[in-house]
Amino acid sequence: MNGLWDRQRRGFSRSGHRRDALWLAALLHRLSGLALAAFLPLHFLALALALKGEIALDGFLRWTANPLVKVAEMGLVFFLSVHVLGGIRILLVENLAWFQGQKQLATGALIGALLLALMFLVRAA
Amino acid sequence: MAEIAVSLWRGKADGNYQLYRVPQRDNQTVLDVVTWVQRNADPTLTYRFACRVGMCGSCAMTVNGRPRWTCRTHTAKVIKNGKLEIGPLANLPIIKDLACDLEPFFEKWQAAKGVFAPRLTRVDAIERIPPSTAPRLAADAAIECINCAVCYAACDTVRWNPDYLGPAALNRAWTLLNDVRDVGQRQRLQAVAAEGGCHACHSHQSCQQHCPNALNPTASIAGLKRHTMTAYLKGELE
Amino acid sequence: MNVRLYILQRGSAALMVPLVLLHLGVIFYASARGLSAADIFARTRGSLFWGSFYAAFVVAAATHAAIGVRSIAAEWTSLRGAALEVLMWSFGLLLAALGFIAVAAVVLA
Repeated sequence: MNGLWDRQRRGFSRSGHRRDALWLAALLHRLSGLALAAFLPLHFLALALALKGEIALDGFLRWTANPLVKVAEMGLVFFLSVHVLGGIRILLVENLAWFQGQKQLATGALIGALLLALMFLVRAA
Repeated sequence: MAEIAVSLWRGKADGNYQLYRVPQRDNQTVLDVVTWVQRNADPTLTYRFACRVGMCGSCAMTVNGRPRWTCRTHTAKVIKNGKLEIGPLANLPIIKDLACDLEPFFEKWQAAKGVFAPRLTRVDAIERIPPSTAPRLAADAAIECINCAVCYAACDTVRWNPDYLGPAALNRAWTLLNDVRDVGQRQRLQAVAAEGGCHACHSHQSCQQHCPNALNPTASIAGLKRHTMTAYLKGELE
Repeated sequence: MNVRLYILQRGSAALMVPLVLLHLGVIFYASARGLSAADIFARTRGSLFWGSFYAAFVVAAATHAAIGVRSIAAEWTSLRGAALEVLMWSFGLLLAALGFIAVAAVVLA
């Protein structure tokens, strides 16, 4: 029979576009920026330990040798890299004449950031 | 004969999906499906269409989560596991079932000064505009908008920012900005440089990805960003 | 977002492109060599270059992050109007203050 009541749902489905590569790139750009903004005050506070002298800063630097911290640092390097590389693409889009290859550039930014993060972990370990 | 399990949105914003079983045919569009339901299963279904050949944009709806022209969407291309989900366009108030209220869309069109302000009158000689000039090329690249609101429905900045004028209105403002016959440029730049104007755009490109006429509002809005930035730095904007 | 905030946001972003690239270089250099505090100070203390580099970085980052956070708050939270301005200014000034203290700590003897 037609007209059967199937399921109840609040609102209707309208988020199909959120699977698009460029939308995901924009989301990653926003989340990485947010992560960096949250990290920055902590970064500045850590550096201010220098005011207390070498020993205080060295104590902190020893803490960062912890493998878990190194992985977190790798995450930060990824966020910084993906944010600046993706940001360069946006600056180009908004200030130059339109060019093709947006998805490729966005993917390139992601891969570049992953490579940089991996390089960091390999060299710092 | 194969059947499609079609979920159609019924009611207003507090409505829900209702399931219909529709015969699947070769060369069938989503508009055919909706029309079949209204004529054979449920005459109380409300929906819009006009030309049914991809020229007017009236049949735009949300199909499996994406805004599309239903008359130009073959069911074979969008059916998933024998299912289809159809709702009204997003980001606009729902009147009933699959019909949404386009008034906010057109109000923003006006707010962006998407209206031609002529220098000449009907008694003046027609001004000749060579189509190959840079401004005319820029305008022509964006001129084919038929206000179907698919881009508006696809845009998350519209969803997240109620003041945002949206890709269609800004795209039209860009075409008029490049129209040398228009004398309303100061007011237009002011309108698109205000809160909710072109600078609210994050260049997601959902508009460009979904436009059935292959227009690129992201590029038009980038043009507006460049123009307003220059005007502001020259002191021509408040 | 309006034209003024946009120019500051994108302008600070453009300024930071070379700053971030050099900073990534510093990160790689320092972490690969396992620099201690003394090693860092030997390079930064009294350095006009690093002082100006990181001071500029702090100003740009504070501007960029504050405006960015404002946009996110405007779109993803229910904050509106004056509350957004307060959020933006307080976050920006906090970053600038902490940033300048950090630069001073590392550069000034």
